[in-house]
Amino acid sequence: MTPLEQYRALLTILYKEIHRFMRIWTQTLIPPAIMIMLYFVIFGTLIGKRIGQMGGFDYMQFMIPGLIMMSVISNSYSNVVSSFFGQKFARSIEELLITPLPHYLILLGWVLGGVARGLLVGAIVTIVSLWFYDLSVNNWTLSIFVVISTSILFSLGGFLNALFAESFDDISIIPTFIMQPLIYLGGVFYSIQLLPSFWQTVSLANPILYMINAFRYSILGASDLEALGFSINYAIFMIIGFIVLFASICLWFLHKGRGIRT
Amino acid sequence: MKALSISNLKKEYAGGLQALKGIDLEVSQGDFFALLGPNGAGKSTTIGVISSLVTKTSGQVKILDIDIDENHSLAKKKLGVVGQEVNFNQFEKVGDIIRNQAGYHGLSFKEARENAKYYMQKLDIWDKRNEQARKLSGGMKRRVMVAKALVNNPELLILDEPTAGVDIELRRSLWDFLTEINNEGTTIILTTHYLEEAERLCRNIAIIDSGEIVENTSMQELLTRLEEETFVFDLKNPLQTLPDNLEYQAVLENPQKLKVTIGKGQGLNTIFEVLSNSGIQISSMRNDTGRLEELFMGLVDSNLNGGER
Repeated sequence: MTPLEQYRALLTILYKEIHRFMRIWTQTLIPPAIMIMLYFVIFGTLIGKRIGQMGGFDYMQFMIPGLIMMSVISNSYSNVVSSFFGQKFARSIEELLITPLPHYLILLGWVLGGVARGLLVGAIVTIVSLWFYDLSVNNWTLSIFVVISTSILFSLGGFLNALFAESFDDISIIPTFIMQPLIYLGGVFYSIQLLPSFWQTVSLANPILYMINAFRYSILGASDLEALGFSINYAIFMIIGFIVLFASICLWFLHKGRGIRT
Repeated sequence: MKALSISNLKKEYAGGLQALKGIDLEVSQGDFFALLGPNGAGKSTTIGVISSLVTKTSGQVKILDIDIDENHSLAKKKLGVVGQEVNFNQFEKVGDIIRNQAGYHGLSFKEARENAKYYMQKLDIWDKRNEQARKLSGGMKRRVMVAKALVNNPELLILDEPTAGVDIELRRSLWDFLTEINNEGTTIILTTHYLEEAERLCRNIAIIDSGEIVENTSMQELLTRLEEETFVFDLKNPLQTLPDNLEYQAVLENPQKLKVTIGKGQGLNTIFEVLSNSGIQISSMRNDTGRLEELFMGLVDSNLNGGER
């Protein structure tokens, strides 16, 4: 395929992916907004006032970057895993496999679809949060970079899950048993400085902690990372490293036909 | 140039099942080719390998002289495949499904729209373009699959049982359409369980059984191997009993339909003469369907019994 043909094919996959989640917007865009609103009402307005300050900020102010990232992560992941597995299940993935599309373009198309949904939901959550708190951004470039790169990373994770999934149960195991705990323990609702030293060290093994704190730093100008002696560059390096690793694994399995060819 | 060239193609599934045992097959450009075989013979595996849905164990596949391993992208540009089962997102609109397929091939939006419109009109699904695919009948879904396979104007079209479970009207309209695009130069490979379909449409034929090609010849040559052949005569006037001097194996199916079986070497002139002398007027005559079926059964049975052909 020529570069122009590849570009057209990529746009087709992206259009189809965006069209898919927009068609079912009541399932894809509204629930995150409602869930975040509930978090703000319960943890921000009701409980947050009793908590007072967290990491040097109002509790609601502290919580907002974490909630935005939580939405971006879970929506990027779930968009790709459900869409790609759905296509496998319905055998409509064959539509792509019989075309001249190279593997990297299939992967890129789905990842961009996941990023599109992650960013859209992130924007919705941000708008909702502005109703509850007057938020200002410390570093726009860094915040955009972190949110996009994290979205790419979890879209790749969703793709990998979909390649291996053989039933609809398989696409909920990783989000439920791995991602959700890591997100909640990654400092969305609390500063890990509150933890005892041992659990602080354990928390540092959680990659999502770095993403949430890098984003928190980009919004608030401070996070747990510097307090624990890590620079933001370390978090960025970690995100990029995971992207390269996950993309390579996805391409390898696509090449091998794992889950898509017999 | 060969539209399809397969050499020593093998496929062994995990668990040891040898679906293809080193098949060789060539299909000339412009041909209408039948690939027949009983269930589990290896037809769909062969098509799967050609279309990259199945990973081959070994062997070589070339589409229009382009090796699918060496230049996968270019080879695939020449190919259109209609799968055995519905393989599109049934929640999408018909028009979107077909236009998106063109997009995956890298066609511009304008080309995609024009090609999709052309094939939807040709296959009488243009008025369904804004309907969700899941609301279509089985026959309509088949048409969508054919339009989808053709939207990139492939030079080689492979159809895996395209008329399975569809009504006679659609089957015939699909036959006419396939004949038309074949006459325009598209090479077609057809697998089907309806042997009269293969007999009617295809010029050349291969029969695959247990992962091996057991016959590969022209349809005409294959049919000449019949030891006997049955003709159906539609009679102008009703007939109650068969004439005594009819020295053929004949059955009066109903008062206006006579079936006569003629042995190899026996001419048709004599039967006309006999019928004419008996005062029987014939309004039309045709081959009984099932000629190919007899040969097919014979070839598959002999393969099962140790490969005598």
